[in-house]
Amino acid sequence: MSAPVLEIEGLHVLLRGERREPDRLMLRGVDLSIRPGEVHALVGESGAGKSMIARTVLGILPHRAQVASGHVRLLGHDWLKMPPAARRAMLGRDVSLIPQDPMSALSPAHTIERQICEVLRLHLPMSAQAARERALALLDAVRIREPARVLHQYPHELSGGMRQRVLIAIAFACGPRLIVADEPTTALDVTVQREVLRLLRTMQQRGGGQSGGTAVLFITHNLGLVAKLADRVSVIHGGRIVERGLVAEIFDAPHAAYTRALFAATPRHDRPAEALRPIDPAVTAALDVEAAAYDNAWARAR
Amino acid sequence: MSLSPRAWFGIAVSLLLAACAVGAPWLAPHDPLEQDLLASSLPPAWAADGEARFLFGTDSLGRDILSRLVWGARPALIVAVAGALLAGVVGTFLGLAAGFFGGWWDAVVSRLVDVWMSFPAVLLAIVLVAVIGTGLWSVVIAIALIDWTRFARVVRAEAMQQSRLNYVVAARTIGLSRAATLAREVLPNVLPLLLTLVTLEMGIAVVVEAILSFVGLSVSSDMPTWGGLIQEGRLYVNQTPWLLGLPVVALALAVLGFNALGDGLRESLDPVVAR
Amino acid sequence: MPIGLVLRRLAWAAPTLVGVLVVVFSLLRLAPGDPVAMMIGPGATQDDIRTLRALYGLDRSLPEQFALYARDVLAGDLGRSISLKENVGSLVAERLPMTLELAALALLVATAMGLVAALAAALWRGRWPERAIDAVTGFVTAIPDFLWALAGILAFGVLLPVLPVFGLLDADLAFTASSGFVVLESLARGRLDVTASALEHLLMPALALALPLAAMVARVLKASLLDAMAQDWATIARVKGFSRRQVLLRHALRNALSPALTLTGVQLTFLIGGTVLIERIFGLPGIGSMAIDAVINRDLPLIQGIVLTFAALFVVVNLLVDLANAWLDPRQRSR
Repeated sequence: MSAPVLEIEGLHVLLRGERREPDRLMLRGVDLSIRPGEVHALVGESGAGKSMIARTVLGILPHRAQVASGHVRLLGHDWLKMPPAARRAMLGRDVSLIPQDPMSALSPAHTIERQICEVLRLHLPMSAQAARERALALLDAVRIREPARVLHQYPHELSGGMRQRVLIAIAFACGPRLIVADEPTTALDVTVQREVLRLLRTMQQRGGGQSGGTAVLFITHNLGLVAKLADRVSVIHGGRIVERGLVAEIFDAPHAAYTRALFAATPRHDRPAEALRPIDPAVTAALDVEAAAYDNAWARAR
Repeated sequence: MSLSPRAWFGIAVSLLLAACAVGAPWLAPHDPLEQDLLASSLPPAWAADGEARFLFGTDSLGRDILSRLVWGARPALIVAVAGALLAGVVGTFLGLAAGFFGGWWDAVVSRLVDVWMSFPAVLLAIVLVAVIGTGLWSVVIAIALIDWTRFARVVRAEAMQQSRLNYVVAARTIGLSRAATLAREVLPNVLPLLLTLVTLEMGIAVVVEAILSFVGLSVSSDMPTWGGLIQEGRLYVNQTPWLLGLPVVALALAVLGFNALGDGLRESLDPVVAR
Repeated sequence: MPIGLVLRRLAWAAPTLVGVLVVVFSLLRLAPGDPVAMMIGPGATQDDIRTLRALYGLDRSLPEQFALYARDVLAGDLGRSISLKENVGSLVAERLPMTLELAALALLVATAMGLVAALAAALWRGRWPERAIDAVTGFVTAIPDFLWALAGILAFGVLLPVLPVFGLLDADLAFTASSGFVVLESLARGRLDVTASALEHLLMPALALALPLAAMVARVLKASLLDAMAQDWATIARVKGFSRRQVLLRHALRNALSPALTLTGVQLTFLIGGTVLIERIFGLPGIGSMAIDAVINRDLPLIQGIVLTFAALFVVVNLLVDLANAWLDPRQRSR
């Protein structure tokens, strides 16, 4: 088995307090591993820490957040210790992002052509002409009709669904080994979501040139999508991974109480009349107690 | 009420100017009009040929520059305060009318502002002074007539915003009490903004007076004005550069001081005024 | 080319121009002082005065005078200067290029300075260069061009005499620009010595005009840049592999220009208006310096012509700003 594309070990991320507020641990010893070509879902509620993990991997932690301890190995490189220039060489080429909100993810003042070609020409030795042709091919791959026309357009002239396709095209442009997909369909209409997900699956399998497909860190709070798309899943709550494993196994027999509660809370097609079951506060309370104890132990150990 | 260093600077400058304006007869070491042809064109006291009794030197007629500067604060301050207040009153009135009542008022005032702003300010000033005549109060009126637009535009925008919020209330009241609503609700919210504008305007007024003096159109009496000093200084800039430099510094200080005052006061007033 | 925009702006401007004319017309005739008496020599008889007044139409009623003037202006005739005894139109045409060159130079300097300052402040955000630039721009923006001009004369004309403080060209350089655009024409004709001399003389006046605008541009553009850098797409550009500096220059700048232009556009007319005084201070032969004397001499036709010229200039400038805005912001284009 070849080396994992992404390996996170014992990652602790701290959020420095504003003014007189104390520092808070946002990630409490996260372990995560993604194999080449694997679609790895990261499931959790809002605020559980999913975005923090993504931002650490992409090197865009907010100003006030910092990595307190832990290792991140991206394609074998010690990501956290790499010099910024080396990281920038990999970002966009070996690891890329499909962002959540397509409406604000593209620069309003630049054409689509410019926004696709610039990432190509930054990382790959390409002439403008070659880049343009590749951009057209990419737009074709993401099923955009009239790609030549779209190249000349500005983001505001495209619908949300089309913009997301463009973002997917940009993400796959340089043939990355890992893509971080941060809730890529949340902001889209339901009708468009299906298409975009199907597209994502196709491109992921094709892998933009990589054998075995591109690995995807698929961040979502939607269990249905996990079942459809993912190979493995990690469940996160309160900055800790409470469960991980193969999708089939976890869905069949979840171990952790939180995971069970999560599944139970999902509304079901086949039992529409059933009342919704929110997650039992006792479960999350127990987890919060664990988290607080963890924080104390961690603080003492520093 | 704690004030920022900027505010203190502004207050200090304003007090200094006020002191000079009011207390000129006692503060100025010499009579500003007294000529001493034997001591003409002397540099400031700290320079090689300077004399201690003329701290800032003398002009071509032997008049003490420091005294002339101190006495010059009087017309400067009068013009600054009176001009800014008058411009503020006229501009605020028209701006409120345009923003709050809208319709015909807005159309007329907006058009008027457009026409007014199509004139280069200096040109308008000169034409107005040609019409009204020279003299201190003419300058004050001229300043009000030139710069009311600055107040009108800002107040109009504020009033429009406010009146949109109060629209429902306004719609239910009758004509006269709308004016009262205007006075009672819109005005207090506009006041902090006005404060900044007035102090800004004070700085501008002082400079306008100086410009008019420079062109020879301001106060016609013997009483020294900073602009008059600048005019003289420009003529003899190679022989007596300090004659130009010192009033320029005084003007700059006044402008910076007024701006600082406005900014500082507005900063400290902001949390108090409920927004 | 957004024709609709152009037409709308012009349609709005027309009544404004009429208003300007009415205002200046009325004001001037309210002013005490008889223009004819001012220019006529001693020994003139009452008949002479009356004839001259009739010649300039000053013996008719105000509305009548205005109607006649309006008719003439629409036909392209701006009248005859009372004090300079020449056609107003040709006087303006002679001197306008000088003013335009000065304004253009000032605008160039202001834009360059403001751009650099804003980029530097945004790039070194949170560190001392940003604070220093903020302090400097705050200071510079408060001081009007009049004072900068005088300070410039003192600093670079007297204390460190490196720049000339009066006139347009060195006295020994014989050069007449048939087009009136001294800098451009001397460049085109290869007389680089003239170009150099002209630019040398124009540097301080242009700088005095430019400084307040530059400071304002710096502040507004910096705020606009920081706003742009805080947007989602800026963060995502970092994920593409661009450094913060690259994102600032390649992505944020283009997005920040339009809002900055919207806020600073109106200042341009102030810059042009400032030429009146600056030309006077530095003895430059533009329409501004002609204007002051015209008012003092109550030269009605000349003043009217100059005021009308400035007003028309402002309209053109505002129009250009609108067009530039539309070009910069793609979202405004497809409307």
